[in-house]
Amino acid sequence: MAQYGFYVDLNACIGCKACQMACKDRAGNEPGMNWRRVLEVGGGDWQKVGQAWVPDVFAYFVPTACHHCSNPPCLPVCPTAAISKDSNGIVKIDVEQCIGCHYCEWACLWGAPVFYEEQGIVNKCDFCKDIVDAGGSPACVEACPMRAMEWGDVEELRARHPEATFQIVPLADPQDFQPNALYKANTAAGERVGTILNQEEI
Amino acid sequence: MSIHEDTNLLNQLNQATLSRRSFLQWSAATGAAALLTSNVNLVNGLYPLEQALAAAGDIQVIPTGCAHNCGGRCVLKAHVQDGIIIRITSDTDRPDDPLDPQLRACVRGRSYRRRVYAPDRLKSPLRRTGPRGSGLYEEISWEEAVDTVAENLIRVKETYGNSAIYSHYATGGGSTTAGSGTAARLLDLFGGRLGYYNNYSWACVQVATPTVYGTQNTGQSRLDWLNSKLILMWGWNPAEMIDGTNTMYFVKQARAAGAKTIVIDPRHTMSAVGLADEWIPIRPGTDTAMMAAMAYVLITEGLIDENFVNTYALGFDADHMPAGYENAESFKAYILGESDGVPKTPAWAEEYTGVPADTIARIGREYGTTKPAMLYQGYGIQRRAYGEQVVRMGCVLPALTGNIGIPGGWASGIAFAIGGESAPGAGFPSVANAVPYSVPSYMYTDAVLRGAEMGRADGVRGLAEGEETLPTGIKLLYNAAGNCLANQHGNINRTKEILADESLAEFIVVHEQFLTPSAKFADIILPACTFMETFGMTGNWKYGPSRVLLPKVIEPLYGTKSDYAIAAMIAERLGIYDEYTEGGKTEEDWYNQWIQTLTTDNAAVYGDAEAFTARGSMTVPYTENPPVAFADFIADPVANPLTTPSGLVEIFSPALAAMNKPEEIPAIPKFIVEWDSPWSPEAENYPLQAIGNHYMHRVHSTLDNIDWMDEAFPQRVFINPADATERGIQEGDMVRIWNDRGAMIIPARVTPRIMPGVVNIPQGAWYTPDADGVDRRGCVNVLTSERPSPLALGNTQQTMMVQVEKV
Ligand code: SF4
Ligand code: SF4
Ligand code: SF4
Repeated sequence: MAQYGFYVDLNACIGCKACQMACKDRAGNEPGMNWRRVLEVGGGDWQKVGQAWVPDVFAYFVPTACHHCSNPPCLPVCPTAAISKDSNGIVKIDVEQCIGCHYCEWACLWGAPVFYEEQGIVNKCDFCKDIVDAGGSPACVEACPMRAMEWGDVEELRARHPEATFQIVPLADPQDFQPNALYKANTAAGERVGTILNQEEI
Repeated sequence: MSIHEDTNLLNQLNQATLSRRSFLQWSAATGAAALLTSNVNLVNGLYPLEQALAAAGDIQVIPTGCAHNCGGRCVLKAHVQDGIIIRITSDTDRPDDPLDPQLRACVRGRSYRRRVYAPDRLKSPLRRTGPRGSGLYEEISWEEAVDTVAENLIRVKETYGNSAIYSHYATGGGSTTAGSGTAARLLDLFGGRLGYYNNYSWACVQVATPTVYGTQNTGQSRLDWLNSKLILMWGWNPAEMIDGTNTMYFVKQARAAGAKTIVIDPRHTMSAVGLADEWIPIRPGTDTAMMAAMAYVLITEGLIDENFVNTYALGFDADHMPAGYENAESFKAYILGESDGVPKTPAWAEEYTGVPADTIARIGREYGTTKPAMLYQGYGIQRRAYGEQVVRMGCVLPALTGNIGIPGGWASGIAFAIGGESAPGAGFPSVANAVPYSVPSYMYTDAVLRGAEMGRADGVRGLAEGEETLPTGIKLLYNAAGNCLANQHGNINRTKEILADESLAEFIVVHEQFLTPSAKFADIILPACTFMETFGMTGNWKYGPSRVLLPKVIEPLYGTKSDYAIAAMIAERLGIYDEYTEGGKTEEDWYNQWIQTLTTDNAAVYGDAEAFTARGSMTVPYTENPPVAFADFIADPVANPLTTPSGLVEIFSPALAAMNKPEEIPAIPKFIVEWDSPWSPEAENYPLQAIGNHYMHRVHSTLDNIDWMDEAFPQRVFINPADATERGIQEGDMVRIWNDRGAMIIPARVTPRIMPGVVNIPQGAWYTPDADGVDRRGCVNVLTSERPSPLALGNTQQTMMVQVEKV
């Protein structure tokens, strides 16, 4: 069984949200609902030295969606077995089966499942399954003007980017769920630890 | 009701009619119901799109483009089902070659169907029923609307002459059959109109660049950036303002090829994050001071390219001054402070710029010792009080370091590219404007207010000998697809008063898709369709050798019409229909004609008409070793002189010296302290500098009303924690921002990503005054000034001081 995953180079990402918007347009999501979101992370201070202002400021963006975990915490908690994992490792919610109980939403550490109040169901990134199964690429990956995103078999992604990691602030510790998103850390941030700067946008 | 409240009919219908597990019923539905339900599915994010659609009806994927006035010309593909656009994708069907990259759209194009189907689209011609600006209108028929416009055109022409008719600079229509060009063609065939020169983007840089180089063609292909070792991105944020589709990607490629990049900007921009090795924050309006101090370092540390300044340039030092100006102040004398007693040292510059002296010196040294190096000027730095100076100084530094005419170097200035960055285009045949006069676009309100008093000193061009002023002020404003009439023009509270006075502009007609703040001043509004509802083609921009076809994707909604079709209706009433339409050509006829012309004249680029139409866009492939601007001049300056009066790079401009206004228009570039700056009297009450960046939310003011964009990039003021804390402001607080010209109340984003003392109010938000006249949306032009720059008479909308408080 293959396992698809995403890779993003956080040194190249400009935070333009083309990925988020391409996803939103495909899904037709209303404002406030996103399957892919772009977190703005940063911090640092300013110091007045003489007449000058000297920054110690850093920022980077973290595009994030469902990580299609190898061991997804959302899946076993679903009382109607609406969540499944396909032969490419895509974790998918069958909205016909979903009763909108929120359990998957609460189980996911990264807020990937989105609740639809009107319809009383949950849905999320499906790795553009229809497109990918038909030989195409996920809408978000194809949208990136910086060519910062890649997708594919996660082992191949890991081999191509041995330095890539999931240990990126502010993503929650994956425990043993094995999320399949890889990031190349932003080197300008160095050892500095940032916080999410765009709460109101996500 | 907020303008962003979701009143979308389709959405309401969706939510009302859609219960979960109704998917199976959708495919059985027919007719209008199917049309709506299939759309509903998709707007609620319940189902993989293509599958749901496949069940409901065939999807046609129509290649089109994004016709906005950013720098990009991207490919959009409209997925259309049952006559409704249900998805938009971009350039995905061909390989993504770094030398011929896919033209990938940004959020502005990707959200476009949300604009086409926006609930607040104008649906009928409107006649004003309240005072100008009130936004009160009644629906009238097309016949009545068009008759009224024609009657007023005839009346004003007969009463005041054609020079009382004016069509303002407008860039809302990026397709060849849309926008202000359609109005200009109509008015020119009607006997002409008062013209304008300058645009709101590049006024200073287009005037100042030729004072140094004699031309605006000072740049070269983006491919040449890969030859550079150092790129100073000075006030340049291509990631967000989109300086050509893929420009950010070329910067990425240049970095991969070894270039170091440094962003110099008061804001820690998207470009500073994703494109730069270093960020140097600088106070707005002080770029020229930092450049001057870099020149000081170059001069005092022996880093000047002596051969260049001695052979190719005029006015660097006392030995190379032009005839008649031997004793004038040379550039070197100014920098060393020999005449004014103020050496332009890094320490001197630190006081103005807020950049540490040692950083300035280091950047000066890096620029002086790294070859080849680029100093790339953004455009916001020249939309300022003395915008001409930063352009000229930015052109002098490459001369001092010999970075002109060599691969990987950059002459700076406006830098239109020679070779390799343009694709052959097509459009309406031009019509001569019989009225000889033109005014600077940024002084159009003056031409309404006091046109008959405006003469050469006000920038009026075309006056005959013995003629001192314009014959008349503007009496009829014709505004097609533009928001510069009010929203995007400096000092909106002043503009409002001028436009509201019906004794000045007696009649205002607007073509629009939405009731914009500018449209609210119209007497008649004619509802225009979007470019997706008619045929057209993209125009050129600075970068991007591509031509994108814009076929009709869906039928015009609500009976709206293209700008061309609207103007043609008016032409008919004016008796010039045949001339206007060349005997009745529709948008589609022109479209087909342009494709024929392009494919016949440029078969090598576009292939045959069928191939071009099928693919929808074509790009002139990049060639290795693109030509470099001024290479021939460098090879032989005598045989290939520049087109400046001296034939040399004019560090000292005798033409500017002859204007005899050395305080504001010096012959050599100088740092001049701005009006409305931290060093001017305004600072006492208004201690913060404000700027208005080109925001990802919008293309200028286009898309401000689109909810998806508001979610992704909300309007707010960006303020540093130091300034916020001092004022008790916390993230998300509503704050009041004001100066003598106006006030607004919007949320605050408290962020370290802007330097202390500076706030950013992204430009282009739609002016939305409350009962007290306080803008609640954040239109920066509530705070900007209408004062033009000294030489170009261009817009200075980035120069302003404000105060901020928590409300
Ligand atoms: S990221 Fe969340 S929703 Fe996606 S598979 Fe893992 S736990 Fe499930
Ligand atoms: S893979 Fe598809 S569904 Fe998932 S985030 Fe990307 S665009 Fe959205
Ligand atoms: S499209 Fe690319 S550059 Fe833009 S936010 Fe997404 S990953 Fe980052």
